[in-house]
Amino acid sequence: MKRIFLICLTFAFGLGILEILGRNGAWNTELFPLPSEILSFLGRTLTDGHAHAGKATGEKNPSPILYAVESVTDSTLLAAITVTLKRLAFGYFIGFALGIPLGLITARFRFMRETLGLVALGMQGLPSVCWVPLALIWFGASESAILFVVVMGTLWSLMLATEHGVRTVPPLYSRAARTMGSKGLHLWTRVLIPASLPSVISGMKQGWAFAWRSLMAAEIYVTILSGYGLGWLLHNGRETLDMAQVIGVMLVIVAIGLLADRIIFAPAENWLRARWGLDKA
Amino acid sequence: MPANVERELQNVPPSQLALTNVTKLFTSQHGEPVLALDNISLTVKEAEFVCLVGPSGCGKSTILNLVAGLEQQTEGRVLLDGEEITGPGRDRMVMFQEAALFPWLNVLDNVLFGLKLKPGLTNAEREQVALFYLQLVGLEKFVHANVHELSGGMRQRVALARSLAPNPRILLMDEPFSALDTMTRESLYRDLQRIFTQRSKTILFVTHNIREAVCLGDRVVLLSPHPGRIREIFEVKLPRPRDINSPELAELSSEITAALKQYLKKDA
Ligand SMILES: Nc1ncnc2c1ncn2[C@@H]1O[C@H](COP(=O)(O)OP(=O)(O)OP(=O)(O)O)[C@@H](O)[C@H]1O
Ligand SMILES: [Mg+2]
Repeated sequence: MKRIFLICLTFAFGLGILEILGRNGAWNTELFPLPSEILSFLGRTLTDGHAHAGKATGEKNPSPILYAVESVTDSTLLAAITVTLKRLAFGYFIGFALGIPLGLITARFRFMRETLGLVALGMQGLPSVCWVPLALIWFGASESAILFVVVMGTLWSLMLATEHGVRTVPPLYSRAARTMGSKGLHLWTRVLIPASLPSVISGMKQGWAFAWRSLMAAEIYVTILSGYGLGWLLHNGRETLDMAQVIGVMLVIVAIGLLADRIIFAPAENWLRARWGLDKA
Repeated sequence: MPANVERELQNVPPSQLALTNVTKLFTSQHGEPVLALDNISLTVKEAEFVCLVGPSGCGKSTILNLVAGLEQQTEGRVLLDGEEITGPGRDRMVMFQEAALFPWLNVLDNVLFGLKLKPGLTNAEREQVALFYLQLVGLEKFVHANVHELSGGMRQRVALARSLAPNPRILLMDEPFSALDTMTRESLYRDLQRIFTQRSKTILFVTHNIREAVCLGDRVVLLSPHPGRIREIFEVKLPRPRDINSPELAELSSEITAALKQYLKKDA
């Protein structure tokens, strides 16, 4: 508790210094807004106001197109977060549901490893933004295009991590299991898959990082008219030269990354460490 | 205790093992043939404790793996109670050098792993059986511990309980104590001898520690490598329980050590 307080205090102190320097003209606050402006943007939009309703003074949005767009959608920051997280969860789930079985298949069958496994290895090295042009041609500027990019970002690393996990299971485990009468499906579900969990979990973490990056890329490049995500909001902040919005949205993106690590992956890794011991996790 | 559990915990008749003219040929990584076992013949009687000793590479583990059903001999016959071994079976349980416990399961679940594959018991009954064996190896206080929280000696005790739990007729042990310190090992010698008499099992035990072999075995089979061959078989007539530090035991083991050195010199 005391530590948390100290950490908060340190951040507050840093922000305070930035605020004072900024107010005294240390830099152009049009380009890098004051902490208070960013905080007020976040406070305003996280509750219910519109993201690009102009600055605190309330001046109207200069672009008529964007203005029209705004009128047909609910573009609060909260709504954008929901849209983005939904896409992320859905895309990640598809990548997961495909990646794990494919990883098991490539681990089990040498022929699949030498073909599909090679494809996965190559695709993993491809930055996920590179899928955007293809996605736009195949699916148009649609929800599917975004999902496709996220899935392509997640799938390969999960698949490779699963394959690696299964293939590095100490042979002793399966020998011991076989002497106790385990074989076939039982051997896979009770020994090989659990034994590869450490690798699968680190693959899931990496897959999540890739999914998150590719989703942001997709949201920035694929402008669609149904549902606005954080990436679009970021893009929009630039178009309207609303720097408080740009930086505020970036902070939200950072916070989501941190929270995902704290809420999903840190507990999983702690559980693993408690079970497996320090050396393996 | 329910009748079903009591029946399960009763001693089963120990196995009898016969290897006749067994040869095992491996292919090395460079594609050359390696004669791991050359014309091995050995019988192990019911409830006999036989130790295989010999320097590295003499085929001790290979013999164990053939009996376990993890490998297939190139020539010859391996008969367990008169029947050809075709694969792993619940009547033969193996204990390895490293505990080979599953880190994703706790102590109890590790012991339950083989039991769950045994039909005819409910899960509650299986748990009682597992607890019985954990008590037998002195780990009743660590039932819910994680594997990595245990010392090396305790892990081998769990592994012993795990291999005893399905009530096999023969126990195959491949250097199970070689990674442990002297004190831990000595307490395990005592417990293993107690369990051997109490549970009446046939045991085939591999070690390269001759003293250990003399301490535990009714017979000590001396092998030499390249190719793996049986050189001599020693009977150990000392009364049980044996103390590894007793002078009689030391005398017999130095005799066997001298014999081994002779064979190695002759081969060189
Ligand atoms: N899977 C295998 N492929 C090729 N050669 C093998 C294989 N397993 C064993 N060998 C060879 O067979 C011989 C006997 O091996 P084995 O493991 O049975 O020896 P060991 O007596 O158990 O030795 P150690 O005391 O080192 O465990 C060795 O020369 C070994 O290199
Ligand atoms: Mg060996």
